[in-house]
Amino acid sequence: MNYDILVDARGLSCPLPIVRTKQELNKAPSGKIIKVIATDKGSIKDFQGFANLDKNIELLKQETEKDENGQEVYIHYILKK
Amino acid sequence: MNNLGENSKVHTSTSGYSFTSNEELQEKIKNLEQELNDLKNQLSDIIQNKNKVAIVVFSGDIDRVLAAMIIATGAASFGKEVSLFFTFWGLNSIKVKRKLNNKNLNQKLFSILNPNNFSNLPVSKMNFFGLGAMMLKSMMKNKNVSGIEYLIKIGKELGIKYIACEMSKEVLGINDDELMEGVESGGVSYFLSHALNSAMTIFI
Repeated sequence: MNYDILVDARGLSCPLPIVRTKQELNKAPSGKIIKVIATDKGSIKDFQGFANLDKNIELLKQETEKDENGQEVYIHYILKK
Repeated sequence: MNNLGENSKVHTSTSGYSFTSNEELQEKIKNLEQELNDLKNQLSDIIQNKNKVAIVVFSGDIDRVLAAMIIATGAASFGKEVSLFFTFWGLNSIKVKRKLNNKNLNQKLFSILNPNNFSNLPVSKMNFFGLGAMMLKSMMKNKNVSGIEYLIKIGKELGIKYIACEMSKEVLGINDDELMEGVESGGVSYFLSHALNSAMTIFI
């Protein structure tokens, strides 16, 4: 999936993946897609809640992958409306 | 002739004098528009109030302050207006240095017995003279959980309002230069003006 901005939130714990994403969202113009990579397992539910509460964003897709070190990473695609 | 006004009104509306009924209609529309505007204003007030979060930080324990800061930074990144009120022991969590000037004997003692800055807060349980806090911090570091210093700093960037309770500051003799920069001071009415307009108020 294509994206415009990458937020690397690996190694960060709650609530920092959301905080970092929000900081990027504030800077980004509308229509841009932000890809967030996180290692915090709670980020799956966190981003769903974030998208529910914030009317200016849309959660496009969530994926779970394994990175090169075999660690599980959680990837979120967010559209700024 | 006293009822003439009312009678003539009925007469015109039933007999269909278009000129008068038009005026009446316009009057009614005007009133309705006015009411609609009032409702819109009330609604936007309600929506705005739903957008605020007020948290009282009474405790100066690292675990409790951490909980407060995580909720606060989370809510702020959800786009909420967050105000944090630090009172009593909570003032320790926005303290950057200890200064003993302008304090009486009791206040000096209090100051010495309390942590000198927010990096040295105790844990609410199993503190064991600071050993517990050290253990907790290293456990947090292992799990990449950010400390309160970082969360307080990032909270500032997110626009969280930090407010120190004026009264407890005076009782404990805490000077403004002991607290971190950008902290406002306020009393109960200042807090209530925030809390009463908030969707959520938490006391920690």
